[in-house]
Amino acid sequence: MSDPRYEVYEAGLIGEGMHEPPVLPAGLRRSPSGVDGLRTEHLVVNMGPQHPSTHGVLRMLVEVDGEEVVNAEASIGYLHRGIEKLAEHRRYDALGTLMDRGDYVSGIMGELAAALAVEQLLEVEVPRKAHWLRSLTSELNRIASHLVWYGTFGLDTGAMGQFLYAMRDREAILDILEAISGQRMMFNYVRPGGVVRDLPPGIDAKIRAFVDGFENVYLPEHDALLGGNEIFQSRVKGIGVITREQALAFGLTGPNLRASGVRYDVRANRPYAAYPELEFEVPVGETGDAWDRYLVRMEEMRQAARLIRQLIDGMPEGPHAAKVPKVLRPPAGEVYAAVESSRGETGVHLVSDGSEHPYRFHYRAPSLFALQALEEIVPGHLIADVVMIIGSTDVMMGEIDR
Amino acid sequence: MALDRLTGENSILFARSEQLFDYARSKSLWYLAFGIACCAIEGLMSASGPRFDFDRMGVFFRASPRQADVMIVAGTVNRKMAETVRRLYDQMPEPKWVVAMGACASTGGPFREYPNVVLGVDQIVPVDVYVPGCPPRPESVQYAFIQLQKKIAERAKERVDAARG
Repeated sequence: MSDPRYEVYEAGLIGEGMHEPPVLPAGLRRSPSGVDGLRTEHLVVNMGPQHPSTHGVLRMLVEVDGEEVVNAEASIGYLHRGIEKLAEHRRYDALGTLMDRGDYVSGIMGELAAALAVEQLLEVEVPRKAHWLRSLTSELNRIASHLVWYGTFGLDTGAMGQFLYAMRDREAILDILEAISGQRMMFNYVRPGGVVRDLPPGIDAKIRAFVDGFENVYLPEHDALLGGNEIFQSRVKGIGVITREQALAFGLTGPNLRASGVRYDVRANRPYAAYPELEFEVPVGETGDAWDRYLVRMEEMRQAARLIRQLIDGMPEGPHAAKVPKVLRPPAGEVYAAVESSRGETGVHLVSDGSEHPYRFHYRAPSLFALQALEEIVPGHLIADVVMIIGSTDVMMGEIDR
Repeated sequence: MALDRLTGENSILFARSEQLFDYARSKSLWYLAFGIACCAIEGLMSASGPRFDFDRMGVFFRASPRQADVMIVAGTVNRKMAETVRRLYDQMPEPKWVVAMGACASTGGPFREYPNVVLGVDQIVPVDVYVPGCPPRPESVQYAFIQLQKKIAERAKERVDAARG
């Protein structure tokens, strides 16, 4: 309550109702008596778990002073399914099925994190082709995931058209991934030792045709449709600024961290799969606002298309999986493996006791860290911006609640 | 009822008002935009996307339960969520229908061993159509809506028969 209008009351000089209305220029209508002296109270607004724009079952308790947010608290757990506990009763080759359903928009990357951890425990040599296939499917999935974010982020501003175009392109990717893995969403394609099957014949031409169209026509169209829109720009510029220090302190990873100006990408800093052999750039933002997060993700789609082109051109020959036993019994030990999923560093911490089930399975979900940062950055914004900030961080409730 | 064969030449129709209303309802089933988990991407987002385009069947999403006819339970319902699901169902105006989409909403799916997970949403709300799959394809959800339309048409017939005695 630093508003000078209230100082007179707080000082106890004037009693309520005795407020002297300000002298207005002639011709200007006087506001009803007493409005300027009204005390306001804070209101707690409940957003979710059913809200068309909270991206899943996130529940935010937003304390507002008029239109301004003074406090925000996220309530999670509406999708808690015990993925970590259930993993202790799954066999090692079935961990991927649980990871698929964690971050369900980018399933391949989750499977890959689990497979990398198991391979580290088993000390298996993965064939070169398997690495390349893993990177190829990861990048295809990254575009599909970012398209979902792009479509729904626009929906948050009230736009509808970009959602339909994003879904059109996503269907094209899902067709390719379905031809490769056999499923549209829960791929279960990456397994310890390699991948399930080789590329089907004739898929190269399909992927090439998609990438050509996407890189040259559709992606610039997407960018112009939403990013070129002045209303959209004014809604996102300067909103939800996460400074470099805040981003590091909260442990953000992925596009949210890079938008704040930190050049950290697991693919570049701790390379896995085929990434050491590939050329790509890691885009970074400057200010860390919602607009920067938008730009970073759009550039990431461009880089993913570039990676897919390299992966298709240089796809090596050879087996697609190493020989591993049917029932995996890794030696006792403890490993951590991480991949750059579309939301950040998705990590798997696996503890083995030598049996056929993991002793402990921990899933590092990048969205959880982004959600924690939300509580810090949302206060001070208008209530209409809350939805934009949540949308710009691209949180995924499936991996937060697990 | 010969509503489907109604032409300009012979445009007089004799029907019970229940039949007429239920015919109209079956052609504009608005579902609640309430995505819980993975199935929401397939059953709500891809469904309203350009390829599957449920809009041509009169199926479209509404943000508020007060405007919705159908609730697609798209995902795992746990004990914390169960209360909300029931509350949203109660907030929907009559007549209302529920589609249990996917293995989780039907039985608990791959998470059914976990004590926190509700073993099928039919323990909380009455379910009209179950859709198998993990996740079901959007075509499956489309088929579910066709089944629901049939169910509504049958309901109208039953009600008219009951009124005739």
